[in-house]
Amino acid sequence: MESQSQVLERLRTAFESRVTIPEKFRRTQLTNLMSMIKDNEEQIVNALHKDLTKPKFEAILSEVEIVMNELHCALSNLTSWMQPEYVSKNLATKLDECFVRREPLGVVLIIGPWNYPMQLLIVPLIGAIAAGNCVVIKPSEVSAATDNLITELIPKYLSKDCYAVVRGGAKETQALLKNRFDHIFYTGSQAVARVVLQAAAVHLTPVTLELGGKCPCLIYGRVNATAAAHRLVWSKFFNAGQSCVAPDYVLCSKATCDALVPALRQVLEDFYGSDIQKSPDMSRIVTPKHWTRLMGLLNRTKGKVVVGGEHDEKDRYIAPTVVVDVAEDDALMEEEIFGPILPILTIESLEESIKLTKTKEKPLAFYVFSDESSVVKKVLENSSSGGFCSNDGIVHMALPGLPFGGVGNSGFGHYHGHWGFEAFSHQRAVMLRGWALEKLNALRYPPYSDEKLSWLRWTTSPKSCSIM
Amino acid sequence: MSRQQLAVQRARKSFQTGKTKPLESRIHQLRNLLRFVTERRKDIAEAVKKDLSKSEHGTELFETLGVEGEIKLAIEKLAEWAAPRPVEKSLLTVSDEVFVHPEPLGVVLIIGAWNYPWAVTLQPLVGAIAAGNAAVIKPSEVCCHSAKVMEELLPRYLDKDLYPVVTGGVPETQELLRQRFDHIFYTGSSTVGKLVMEAAARNLTPVTLELGGKSPCYIDKNCDITVACRRITWGKFVNCGQTCIAPDYVLCEPSIQSRVQEEIKNCIKEFYTDDPKTFEDYGRIINKRHFKRIMALMEGSTVVVGGDSDESQCYIAPTVLKNVTGESKVMKEEIFGPLLPIITVSGVDEAIQFINEREKPLVIYVFSNENKLIKRVIAETSSGALLANDCLVHFTVSSLPFGGVGHSGMGCYHGRYGFDQLSHMRSCLIKQLKMEGVNSMRYPPHTAKKLGWARFFLLKQINLGRLRRMMLLAMFVGVASFVVQSLYLIVLSHVPATYESFKCIKGTEVKESNSIVYQRWDQVIVLQVSKVPAMKLSG
Repeated sequence: MESQSQVLERLRTAFESRVTIPEKFRRTQLTNLMSMIKDNEEQIVNALHKDLTKPKFEAILSEVEIVMNELHCALSNLTSWMQPEYVSKNLATKLDECFVRREPLGVVLIIGPWNYPMQLLIVPLIGAIAAGNCVVIKPSEVSAATDNLITELIPKYLSKDCYAVVRGGAKETQALLKNRFDHIFYTGSQAVARVVLQAAAVHLTPVTLELGGKCPCLIYGRVNATAAAHRLVWSKFFNAGQSCVAPDYVLCSKATCDALVPALRQVLEDFYGSDIQKSPDMSRIVTPKHWTRLMGLLNRTKGKVVVGGEHDEKDRYIAPTVVVDVAEDDALMEEEIFGPILPILTIESLEESIKLTKTKEKPLAFYVFSDESSVVKKVLENSSSGGFCSNDGIVHMALPGLPFGGVGNSGFGHYHGHWGFEAFSHQRAVMLRGWALEKLNALRYPPYSDEKLSWLRWTTSPKSCSIM
Repeated sequence: MSRQQLAVQRARKSFQTGKTKPLESRIHQLRNLLRFVTERRKDIAEAVKKDLSKSEHGTELFETLGVEGEIKLAIEKLAEWAAPRPVEKSLLTVSDEVFVHPEPLGVVLIIGAWNYPWAVTLQPLVGAIAAGNAAVIKPSEVCCHSAKVMEELLPRYLDKDLYPVVTGGVPETQELLRQRFDHIFYTGSSTVGKLVMEAAARNLTPVTLELGGKSPCYIDKNCDITVACRRITWGKFVNCGQTCIAPDYVLCEPSIQSRVQEEIKNCIKEFYTDDPKTFEDYGRIINKRHFKRIMALMEGSTVVVGGDSDESQCYIAPTVLKNVTGESKVMKEEIFGPLLPIITVSGVDEAIQFINEREKPLVIYVFSNENKLIKRVIAETSSGALLANDCLVHFTVSSLPFGGVGHSGMGCYHGRYGFDQLSHMRSCLIKQLKMEGVNSMRYPPHTAKKLGWARFFLLKQINLGRLRRMMLLAMFVGVASFVVQSLYLIVLSHVPATYESFKCIKGTEVKESNSIVYQRWDQVIVLQVSKVPAMKLSG
């Protein structure tokens, strides 16, 4: 078995041989990755079911189709992404060629989480491959079946010299982080993110952090409660609430709450039937440890459980649960829930709600449900978050055109589509000057003078200038 | 509470009032900054003269001209940069608003360097202000006169709470780094860069690091060596070599080494006279510590030009060194001084290898007439930037990103890049609560049929641009065929022909032996040879 440093040396040698640079190579790898997903869809679905009891529908949509979409996007656009970008010049540089070249960084590390173990590992991988890097892939050991599958499949489809899977738990990951990478892409928790950043600082390695946070969901103004309930239930209880962009908690007035709760109850029954534990369309909590954590929150809450609350430890099952009369200092407001529990805080005014969200860390997503565009506008302009979506949940992250990433404690950097390509590229400024016009250059040589200076001011005009 | 904590707290409170949000207020601050730089030109020049012995012209050329340019560009372009940026939609979001919204990050820390104390502190500040942030400005204590002037005068022009200047040495900087910022922008050495990043890690704060490195300069033997050496001499000895993008060392073939030495010697004389020590436009080393550091680097190499020094003035003459190898002392660290080592290599292959054995620099310079050679160096090396056939000037093009890679840094700025670097690009999807029927395909209970629809619809991207172009093309084709057919008809009407029979639609029989029957869609047109215009029989 290869040691971590042997793996890294192999990948670095491959990168230095420049095999990943040509567009043809990148296309072949991306096409192979596409085959990997297509050929093994059933195995992927089964592995996800083993890890999270993920329903086939959810697995296909959020782990297979979204990855295929990104692959199509990369393959369709790779040529244009790789093109040099010519830029505007000032008068003094008019005859020169000035462009920005996207270049690979080298050997990059992608650390995946357990909640969407395929998507959140492979979509960054697409960006890294498209950008011409070699990649060390570290799947989460918590989603063990998917970890096994990825370890088996990647070497079968992708170049073994350029892409390697490294497995293990916290100890192995810490050892891996001691090595030098040219970029680290981490999806997961804030606590581990700090460790990743500290390790990266030693080598001056740039990092992308995709973290989480408590994504608020404000419901104010005129609202079609049924439509809102459908979308809220779908986005909250998808993957049993274990999504970094799941609406974490709801803020609304008492009247809205009173209209919402029965709507939520009805929608839950429409979606999952009267005995939700028997529905094939509801996931389970990933590990007993997380189940215990969530039950702890539920047991400590001072709010009132109005929907759900049922649980089964052996099955790692917690029913979709709605809790009302939740106060700001409740147990459910302490940390990111990351489970199927939806607290509703009753705050009469929109302004007060906005104020409350400002006292919390910036989340990965911010939601507002309202038929009134003025409400939506107000929330958008008075909040900060990685992404923003009105009148729906999660779906904004399925658009490759939008940069997916956080701000503040929810992370920094972003990816998806073209943004993924950029995340793993170095934007190199290139300027090719000619030999002519040396007389013009005389303006800048010593001895300096007022006259020379005023000529220089004119030729390096303010439109695109700063002279050093 | 420490002075640093207080400054950060006030800046944050001020930011939270929302006063930096309106573009007018940002432009107002930028205009004030511009006034500061123009009105206080003399104060700035005097400070830089004391710090680095830079002449007034030198300061204007290399410090304030750049800042002025950046401010004017930001003022002109702010509305464009700050506007929501629409992005490609999917089939299902065709009727929604999908855009990226640039937003301020919050409170930014800008740590400046001592070599261009105004340029590298104020240029990031332009980006910070334009992006709507508050900014704590920490000038380098090494250029103490500039720091003092900045501390005293900047608050007279900029909002004191939003943009405080905090001076101090290492302990004060460490205290500052213990506070929480939304972004840290650091210009300086890689060593301190690591410490800054480590401190930032505690609060998950993103950083921009503008560091340095040894920027190589390859001279191809077949280029115009005279012009090359002029440009290199200028680039090297500006600010006494204390420039992060100065050509650190030269690589060339042995056959041109003497010529290169000679040309550089002549240029030094031309630019800085026979006695640079007394020449106004030649500067000094910032302090004794750096003076000693640079002098020690000469050990083991041979001085061919210059070499003289005066510790009392921190003066080191423009110096060229030969007999330098990769192992020489002068090659162990970034020189950041007026020593130019010349290392001989057998050709561009060895030069590329030499460069790649070292850390990625901030810039690579290559002087050559051959495009192929230049393209090879571009393709086979990595650096912050690459400039062919000149030095430094890529810094003047605001539309080029200025930044490093690897040990030379991360992130970039100048122009729009500065704005983007210090903004949060927030993804926005504005949907309505309508068209709920369409959503039903994604809701449980899940069926195979729903899955089929969902697979097709839910994620499919449509290229609206391409769709519009295709529609336009279809319209064009339609119009064109109409025009062509009409022309054909006109032409035909003048051409004699006979048809025995013709097809008739809608009941009207026409028997004419010398006419052309033309069927177009559901119309029958009979053309009489006798130049009577076409007659529509049925519609």
